[in-house]
Amino acid sequence: MTFASIIIQLLNGLAAASSLFLVSAGLSLIFGVTRIVNFAHGSLYMLGLYGAYSLIEALGRTPLGFWSAVVVASLLVGVTGILIEVLVLRRIYRAPELFQLLATFAVVLVIKDIALFVWGAEDLVGPRAPGLSMAVEILGKRIPAYDLLLIAIGPVVLGVMWLLLTRTRWGALVRAATQDREMVGALGVDQAKLFTSVLFVGSVLAGLGGALQIPREPANLDLDLAVIADAFVITVVGGLGSIGGAFLAAVIIGVAKAFCIGIGTVTWFGFEVSFSKLTLVVEFLIMALVLVARPYGLLGKPQAVQRIAADPAPPLTAPSWTMALVWVALLVGVPLVADRYVTILLTDIVCFALFAVSLHFIMGPAGMVSFGHAAYFGLGAYAAGLLFKRAGLPMEAALLLAPLCAGAFAVVYGWFCVRLSGVYLAMLTLAFAQISWSIVFQWDSLTGGSNGVFGIWPSAWLADKTTYYYLALACCGTGIALLWRVLFSPFGFVLRAGRDSPLRAEAIGIDLRGFQWAAFVLVGALAGLAGAVYAFSKGSISPSTISIGQSTDGLIMVLLGGVETLTGPVVGTAIYTWLRDAVARHTEFWRAVMGGVILLIVLLFPQGLVGGLKVLFLRWREQRA
Amino acid sequence: MLTRNNLLAGTAALVALSMFGPAGAQTPIKIGELNSYKVFPAFLEPYKKGIELAVEEVNAAGGALGRKIEIVSRDDNGNPGDAVRVAEELLSREGASFLIGTFPSNVGLAVADFAKQRKVLFIAAEPLTDKIVWESGNPYTFRLRTSTYMQTAMLIADAAKLKKKRWAIVYPNYEYGQSATAAFKKLLKEKQPDVEFVVEQAPPLGKIDAGAVAQALADAKPDAIFSSLFGADLAKFVREGQTRGLFKGVEVFNLLAGEPEYLDPLKEEAPNGWYVTGYPWSEIKTPEHTKFLTAYQAKFKDYPRLGSVVGYSTVMSAVAAIKKAGSLDQDKLIAAASGLTLMTPFGMIEYRPIDHQSTMGAYVGRIGVKDGKGYMKEWRFVDGKDALPSDAEVLKMRPKN
Repeated sequence: MTFASIIIQLLNGLAAASSLFLVSAGLSLIFGVTRIVNFAHGSLYMLGLYGAYSLIEALGRTPLGFWSAVVVASLLVGVTGILIEVLVLRRIYRAPELFQLLATFAVVLVIKDIALFVWGAEDLVGPRAPGLSMAVEILGKRIPAYDLLLIAIGPVVLGVMWLLLTRTRWGALVRAATQDREMVGALGVDQAKLFTSVLFVGSVLAGLGGALQIPREPANLDLDLAVIADAFVITVVGGLGSIGGAFLAAVIIGVAKAFCIGIGTVTWFGFEVSFSKLTLVVEFLIMALVLVARPYGLLGKPQAVQRIAADPAPPLTAPSWTMALVWVALLVGVPLVADRYVTILLTDIVCFALFAVSLHFIMGPAGMVSFGHAAYFGLGAYAAGLLFKRAGLPMEAALLLAPLCAGAFAVVYGWFCVRLSGVYLAMLTLAFAQISWSIVFQWDSLTGGSNGVFGIWPSAWLADKTTYYYLALACCGTGIALLWRVLFSPFGFVLRAGRDSPLRAEAIGIDLRGFQWAAFVLVGALAGLAGAVYAFSKGSISPSTISIGQSTDGLIMVLLGGVETLTGPVVGTAIYTWLRDAVARHTEFWRAVMGGVILLIVLLFPQGLVGGLKVLFLRWREQRA
Repeated sequence: MLTRNNLLAGTAALVALSMFGPAGAQTPIKIGELNSYKVFPAFLEPYKKGIELAVEEVNAAGGALGRKIEIVSRDDNGNPGDAVRVAEELLSREGASFLIGTFPSNVGLAVADFAKQRKVLFIAAEPLTDKIVWESGNPYTFRLRTSTYMQTAMLIADAAKLKKKRWAIVYPNYEYGQSATAAFKKLLKEKQPDVEFVVEQAPPLGKIDAGAVAQALADAKPDAIFSSLFGADLAKFVREGQTRGLFKGVEVFNLLAGEPEYLDPLKEEAPNGWYVTGYPWSEIKTPEHTKFLTAYQAKFKDYPRLGSVVGYSTVMSAVAAIKKAGSLDQDKLIAAASGLTLMTPFGMIEYRPIDHQSTMGAYVGRIGVKDGKGYMKEWRFVDGKDALPSDAEVLKMRPKN
């Protein structure tokens, strides 16, 4: 790269960083105050783009039309944020941690289908910014004038936010709530109003980030999820709740991406290294490095000890033997009465159930939320597929060895993860999952790249779908039983102690990290088993088994059923998988329907389905007594 | 447990509804169709309309084997795991006779392998990957769409004619982009041994950093660019490239960019002079296309996209296979589909016995701008059979069985 190219790529990176910063700043603000992992933040960004597009078409492609459209669109997105807060989030602030994530996930589904309905499926290419459509020549190279404006907007917004937060009463309240929201509440501040206002400001920033992209990015339906991952990464790299950190992180990631592209393909010692392909994963690599070196992000402070908003999780109750036997008998009996497809759907459900139960084990009782649990599911699936297909092992051996491979990865990943806590830990698991995903995605000669591996069918004696279902039931059922059993062993109690009071647990001489590490390996191996069983039931695997989508599905299943109950994840899995199957078949806008159903469950059962039913049952018994 | 029971009752009702088909002596022939409707809506909404039109026409003409036909569609989420499940559902619960559809390469390949396992006919509609008929080909899978290799080969003649030495390449980083790039490099090198590929950029699908990519390409000072971008990536690349003067004095070749799905959103910024493959729907005057166009516009009050042609032709292929087989027996269907010829809006096609690839062609031309809209100019139709490698090469690639 010449000096001129370096400068230009630096400017490109800064321009990209600006918009990322706006989105992440909003996300960081919302998380800091409300502790909500707002999955719908990317959807707000997308609405900003679509809204600005329509408004410009209505107001005319003049400078006035353009800029008023940008402002109005951002404000409208802010109002959408208020609606989300008032209609949904406000009702579930006292639900167990992370439950709000489920609600915002449902909002994502609903907004996506609304956007599809209103704006249609075709990409909408917005106009260039009137008056700024030309390029400016710098060092003999041309760079769009609008990019230079974006580079300026980032620091301006940072400055405004800084003034708002340090010079106004509202800002003082926000900072106070970020540190200790119970205390703010105890001092008589109206939390509802504060939360609503924060949601508004955060959403306006997301909307603005989107609207400003109009000249650079066509409005399309994939933006929401594309942006949300980046925004999370930047928020965490910068340090949660730190607006300055978000800016720094956005600049680092934006510039790093631009340079990966600028450097292109390099030959080192006879090996071709394509930095251009590295853009697939560079932000996650940076996040992993930052979190390993600085557990609270670049400018973040250790999270203040949060008094738990809801009551502490009730002690788990072990399922009774009779109930368990009844269920096993039912599940064994199903293929005798139902059609072939029910068996196939049940095989899926059984695999996902073990996946969800293993996730629940680590995020519920062990208190370590994982956003990247699909890593082990997918790596188990790939291990099974590759051992069978490339190493030529018999299918049965591949199935048994796969969990060991997944567990081996968990040994490495877990070692790093247990050094962190809270959302930082969750994001590090996500980083590892994404790194695994990108390696699988790129390593064509071994993993088949984006196509995946196919032709991995079970041995002849298992080829029959019913037989395979029994195998899946046996493998996954054993896995689930094992995990549940472990929860009531001393090991399980240690993990729960570590979740409820790490300080005391350490004080009585428990090597908490060691136990947590062991827990990681255990769930990694069992998620790998679930993946291996899944792979042979499908005959093929592709990188999507390791993707963010798969990890999210796991979270949804656990939260839907109820994170504070033992059987919740299984019920959640069954409902979610069945619902997706049933709804997708009967409606065109199945995503919105699905989102609506999840929202309904969220509002009616803030403890998850099983948790909610349990509360109802207890209440009913109290009334009778 | 009240809620669960209600939900269960709900399913039961839905299941009952779905099984309660139209009464009549003759039940329709069901064909199972699966596609990633929600992941690639821009292409697949017109595709679905094409399917509807074909079904209407077939049934108005009496159906096949004296029965009406019915397409049962499912969304596969763009995910091979889900695709295999819905494929299984279509076969075992819906009683579909065989399978058609799919869009992304990985889903197409997974379903193809599933078809081989289940020993049922599968007509892949849209997946462009060469592997589905070559390296990973199997006796049960047929593919309609003009493949990556074929579309690339169609552009090679023009590319070689220009005698440009320094080529830059940009492609979405997954199967389609990778194999388009590989095919292009191989074919151009054969025609023009002194060609140099000076830079290669592989942005992630849907997430191109267009400014940085355009700059990196410009830095390499290419004489020509080969791109296989589409959708939002293409729009961003075009705009950044134009603002930054990347395309000045540089010839650009872009697969698919002439398809209305991807060309129309660019409006007045459609890049003038690019060499593309696509679908100049308003200018094709063959009787078979005119008939299709008139019927389509009458039914939907909208013009067809390439997806519409693919959907329509897929159903027509399925029906032709059934008629030729004279039965729904899988062996007979496979035998019928091999060497099957039929008329499509793009003319006669044949599913080649050698590799089960259809000879559907594509339109090659250059992009022009007229009345604030992009269109294809100087276009010509290239028959698919003229863009395929020699039989010896195909036999070498395709596994025998």
